[in-house]
Amino acid sequence: MSKTIRLDSPEATKFAAKIQERSGEPIDMCFQCGECSSACPVSSDMDLMPSTLVRFTQLGLKDELINSKTIWVCASCFNCVARCPKGIDIAKVAEALRQELLRKKLDYVEVRDLSIEERQEIPQIAIISNLRKFSR
Amino acid sequence: MKIPYFPGCSLKTIGEGFEKSAIASAAVLDIELEELPRWVCCGTVSSLTTDDLMHHLAPVRNLIRVEDINETQLVTLCSVCYSTLKRSNALVKNDPEKLKTMNQFMYRERDYQGNVKVLHFLELLREIGFYKLKEKVKRPLKGLTLSPYYGCLLVRPKEFGIDDPENPTILQDLVKSLGADVIDNPYQLKCCGSYHTVDKPNLVADLGYKILTYARNSGADALVLSCPLCAFNLDNRQREIKRQFPDFVEIPILYFTQLMALAFGLDEEKLGLEINYVDPMPLLKEKSLIKPMSLIKE
Repeated sequence: MSKTIRLDSPEATKFAAKIQERSGEPIDMCFQCGECSSACPVSSDMDLMPSTLVRFTQLGLKDELINSKTIWVCASCFNCVARCPKGIDIAKVAEALRQELLRKKLDYVEVRDLSIEERQEIPQIAIISNLRKFSR
Repeated sequence: MKIPYFPGCSLKTIGEGFEKSAIASAAVLDIELEELPRWVCCGTVSSLTTDDLMHHLAPVRNLIRVEDINETQLVTLCSVCYSTLKRSNALVKNDPEKLKTMNQFMYRERDYQGNVKVLHFLELLREIGFYKLKEKVKRPLKGLTLSPYYGCLLVRPKEFGIDDPENPTILQDLVKSLGADVIDNPYQLKCCGSYHTVDKPNLVADLGYKILTYARNSGADALVLSCPLCAFNLDNRQREIKRQFPDFVEIPILYFTQLMALAFGLDEEKLGLEINYVDPMPLLKEKSLIKPMSLIKE
């Protein structure tokens, strides 16, 4: 399967600039060494590797990014930034991408999804942090 | 020495034993951890976007409470609270414009001046010197082999961590001073799955299995850590790990303060072991570390 990517599309450029600004990270510095992907402890559950996430952000591939599993699998553990030779904090990039949906009220987790047993068993530190990351 | 201390939600609930053992063992070192008056939730996770000040308000409000009582330091036990408070503190210290906006928003509070230093209890102990802890040991943790576990927020990102982000030694230095042995666990920095315990418990079980099985296979008797969320994922979630991986063998999880209280010869009730999901008592009895107090000489 192939797909033509127009690197000069104004929408893509605008989206890349928006994520760069919102995350505050120098996304353009990434040269695809892959250290982040090898360091990520949850990459096995991702559809886009962390390095691919950054590459797609450089290219402004909005649909591929916001529909990816990766942004909801990142646990913000900062292993990627510890390894990145350019110091790019990919947890911030993933957060900026999640916010693209959350700010449009598209929650990934809702309190009502949790059963009574889960609400009783799971401590508040986990529930609050999860909802802070995955809901508006 | 009296120092304001920020408990956060977990230290009053799932991590009660963490708080109890910390306060008791700090007292042995002449440190009085004084609970910060009117503290509020730290927000658990920091906002990672540049345009979201709202989620930095709660941590900064706690820092205002510290200035309210004319103090300049705030100690935390929970790694998550530590990171959140420290990150927001750094943000407002480096960006006067943002601080001004936040102060104006919280107009009922006095303005935050940016004079508070956020410390993790482990940092405080390192400052005092682990040799000082050694002097207080009445019941050396001899024969106990531990696997230190750092997780993420205690050491990462680098600017808010308390030790080297890739090769930390603070936990092993601490437990060695208490007389315990340690093993090297390459999973000591791997994430426990954190908040995914809500929506992806299988992923958390998978990560826990790797971390704990490596520790067990390398000869560790227990894991030592400092974060209540890691403790929930690695201790309470052992039930799910067992369900997912039938060959899994349970291993106790201990807070570093529980080990301090144990080594300092404090009463069993001060150890807070009743909160632990995997009961550490059989292990501690086997290693003869739990004895009637009358047998421990002053």
